[in-house]
Amino acid sequence: MDVTSVLFYVFSAILLISGLRVITAKNPVHAALFLVLAFINASCLWMMLGAEFLALTLILVYVGAVMVLFLFVVMMLDVDLEAIRKGFWINFPLALVLGVVVLIEMLLVVLRNPLITTAVNADPATNISNSNKLGWVLYTQYSYPVELASMVLLLGLVVAVALTLRKSEKAAKYQNINKQVATDSKTRFTMVKMDSEVEDKGDAQ
Amino acid sequence: MIGMTHYLVLSAILFALSVMGIFLNRKNIIVVLMSIELMLLAVNFNFITFSSFLHNVAGQIFVFFTLTVAAAEAAIGLAILIILFRNLRSINVQDMDQLKG
Amino acid sequence: MTEMNLYLTIILSPLLASTIVGLFGFALGKKISHSLTILGVLISTIGSYCLLNKVLNGGLTYDGPLYTWLTVGSQSYSVGILVDSLTATMLTIVTSVSLMVHIYTIGYMEHEEGYERFFSYISLFTFMMIMLVMANNFIQLFFGWEGVGLVSYLLIGFYFQRESATFANLKAFLVNRIGDLGFLLGIGLVLAYFGTLNYAEVFAKLHEISGVTFLNTGWNAITVICLLLFVGAMGKSAQFPLHVWLPDSMEGPTPISALIHAATMVTAGIFMVARLSPMYNMSETALSFIAIIGAINALFLGLLGLIQNDIKRVVAYSTLSQLGYMAVALGCGAYSVGIFHLMTHAFFKALLFLAAGSVIVAMHHEQDMRKMGGLWKYMPITYVVTIIGNLALAGVPPFAGFFSKDMILDAASNAHEHHMFGSSFVVFCVYAAVFVTACYSFRQLFMTFHGKERFREVHHDDHGHDSHDDHGGHGHSEPKESPWVITLPLVLLAIPSVIIGWLAFDKFVPGEFFSGAIYNAQFFAEEIIKDPITPIAMMAHSLHQPPVYLALAGIIAAFIAHKSPAFVAVIKTIFKPVIFVMERKYFMDDLFINILAPIGRGLGKILWSIGDILLIDGLIVNGSARVIAVFAKIFRRAQTGYVNSAATYMVLGVLILLTFCTGLILH
Repeated sequence: MDVTSVLFYVFSAILLISGLRVITAKNPVHAALFLVLAFINASCLWMMLGAEFLALTLILVYVGAVMVLFLFVVMMLDVDLEAIRKGFWINFPLALVLGVVVLIEMLLVVLRNPLITTAVNADPATNISNSNKLGWVLYTQYSYPVELASMVLLLGLVVAVALTLRKSEKAAKYQNINKQVATDSKTRFTMVKMDSEVEDKGDAQ
Repeated sequence: MIGMTHYLVLSAILFALSVMGIFLNRKNIIVVLMSIELMLLAVNFNFITFSSFLHNVAGQIFVFFTLTVAAAEAAIGLAILIILFRNLRSINVQDMDQLKG
Repeated sequence: MTEMNLYLTIILSPLLASTIVGLFGFALGKKISHSLTILGVLISTIGSYCLLNKVLNGGLTYDGPLYTWLTVGSQSYSVGILVDSLTATMLTIVTSVSLMVHIYTIGYMEHEEGYERFFSYISLFTFMMIMLVMANNFIQLFFGWEGVGLVSYLLIGFYFQRESATFANLKAFLVNRIGDLGFLLGIGLVLAYFGTLNYAEVFAKLHEISGVTFLNTGWNAITVICLLLFVGAMGKSAQFPLHVWLPDSMEGPTPISALIHAATMVTAGIFMVARLSPMYNMSETALSFIAIIGAINALFLGLLGLIQNDIKRVVAYSTLSQLGYMAVALGCGAYSVGIFHLMTHAFFKALLFLAAGSVIVAMHHEQDMRKMGGLWKYMPITYVVTIIGNLALAGVPPFAGFFSKDMILDAASNAHEHHMFGSSFVVFCVYAAVFVTACYSFRQLFMTFHGKERFREVHHDDHGHDSHDDHGGHGHSEPKESPWVITLPLVLLAIPSVIIGWLAFDKFVPGEFFSGAIYNAQFFAEEIIKDPITPIAMMAHSLHQPPVYLALAGIIAAFIAHKSPAFVAVIKTIFKPVIFVMERKYFMDDLFINILAPIGRGLGKILWSIGDILLIDGLIVNGSARVIAVFAKIFRRAQTGYVNSAATYMVLGVLILLTFCTGLILH
């Protein structure tokens, strides 16, 4: 039992427990905080796998930005805890079955077959750091996806602003699609019986 | 020795947890969103594992982009949630039936 | 010029003139309009005389396509030209009469509205008729057929503000349409059985198809085809019972009565049967049918001419009667005689109509003969040509009508000798009709031109009748001879009425002229060849036969009726019930208007309310929409709008996919 294995088991245990707490926590704030814990542990595990850059990116981006955003939103919304918790324990058996089935299927795949351990197109073995390697590949081979990714981020920025911007004091009008689709001819149309009128024809020309 | 299999099993368990989480917390949108983040984490785990053990950096590149998109998606999703809440005053999913056919 | 250029000139010059005047008439003015159209028809006329010359002397024939109009699969329909002796004859008749009518119209329509439109229409008619006679396939024939029907409709309803005119033109068109239905069915059957619509190809296949029966009915296919095609001729050539439109068509101006309803359009049916003589020779049933119908026309519709008071109606019923004669000739297998009578009739009937028109113009558009009388002093030229026309019509030798009519009587007797079905009835009718023809034609003459000058007796409130006070002052009391533009065509038409029978006799009767074009029936052709005859011999021979005496008797009867009203009164009392039936036109109009038309309308209504509204609209169109709506309502329930149900479905979907992929991998 060397240090790596011990560290692995510790990290993965905490990861799994905090994952469990995310989905079962009553208070959304607790859930968010447990998610943060999960991410940190995942990051440590990634560092053990040799992906330092991404491990740190996980902390920076995910924990530092996304989870903070989550916490903002959770604390901003005034949530009625009781109402949304209703039905949790009723669904629990079914959810458990579902989860177990999913898990067993995936384990079947992973554990049965001898997994490929030699890469078909492995990178040449060089002694440069992970970040260096990533940088080389990103800006040459994958430069186009990088541009696209930047567009996606721009999109996210614009959308977030555009959606939540309050334009004026008065709220905009919203359509109630439900009511629109459910109309009937009876609410829109009335038949009126009228006598036909006869005009005086006069001199037909 | 910790081999690839261990890591893959770990990400499988994480994924199963998140699926359970979606199913359990269908009423609470925030927890649903968080379960989705957990799912993404599990998948990214898989990518990193394979990248590390097969010595191919392409896996990490993919994670890169997944992170990007996940971040953008979280931002937009939460923005939508905020205005939804602004109009409905609740995050109870039962109240969000505007798209009823 | 080459032959093809000649044909194209004949065909296209009236069309060109008609189009130019039709489109720009209002800008060109009266003089240029009539000059252009007359020029167009004149070119055609000269062209057709050249053609006749070439056919007579050079034996010119031509049968070829101009261009392919439509190709459907392996079938191709083309516009083509067929030139032979029959075509040349018809062309000459059509263009000559058309030219006379064009010149006449200058005088007749002088003060009418729509002058340019009229000229455009009659030129268009000339083009359509030329296309009809020069056709070498059924489709082109049908094109010309429909075209002349259309122009007839336009011209009958020329005074379209008059309700009687619009009623008449609709009647003409609809009755024609009934005939056209039969015609189309016939053409369809020709295509089905022969596989081609070209005359030459059809005739080549006749012997193959002669034994074929129509579907499983036991009727010979060719008989059915011939009968159906004749139904079309019944509509177009006003044979009983589709004759009802012709008297009403007198609502149109007199020039068109002359052109269309005497000389050309109504002869299209007769021409068609003659053109298809090889086919009709194979079906005795069809020939009998034609002869019987023609005989009915000849006698019974001729009788109606005796009681008419409108000067144009007399001539209209006379046309119906003479068309019956032509049909009798065709039915007895003597197609060339039928065409002969067609030619002589075209000239003297057009003459009679135009003369009647001249009288009408002089009487300020008064058409009732009871208000005329004693006009011979004032309109000598019209009087003389009317006498000539009526003598030709009655069949008095040596005028044109005598030769053709006598040949028809001969053909009928010949058919009787050969025991054709119904031939006794036919013989009786045609002989009796000779008397009737002479009677009504001279009645018209006496009433109009002799006797008391009844037009002087009209009261002053009758002045309101006509609004065309053209000759200034009180022209009402002094009729005078019409201007030269009217009398010149009359004279030009009177000349053939006298001489053409004599001249053309040896061409038409022995049938050499028409060999290759018309095939007279076996039993008739033999008779003629056995007994070759010259005009003089014919005239001498006729003095021993009933017809001439019947005609003279008819003239004398008309004279007696004219001189003594008491005689007329006696006749009226004796034949009172008969006269009642005749005045109601044998109830044919009532039949059509009160029985057949409401049936048609009722049928249409039923089909509309049930077929269209209920079945097509309700069941198929709206029904399919409703089915979709019903299904949509069911499927709409899946769209709950709840996010959680969407999440559930998503998870379940993932599970299914996962199971599937696991299964794939594990195997």
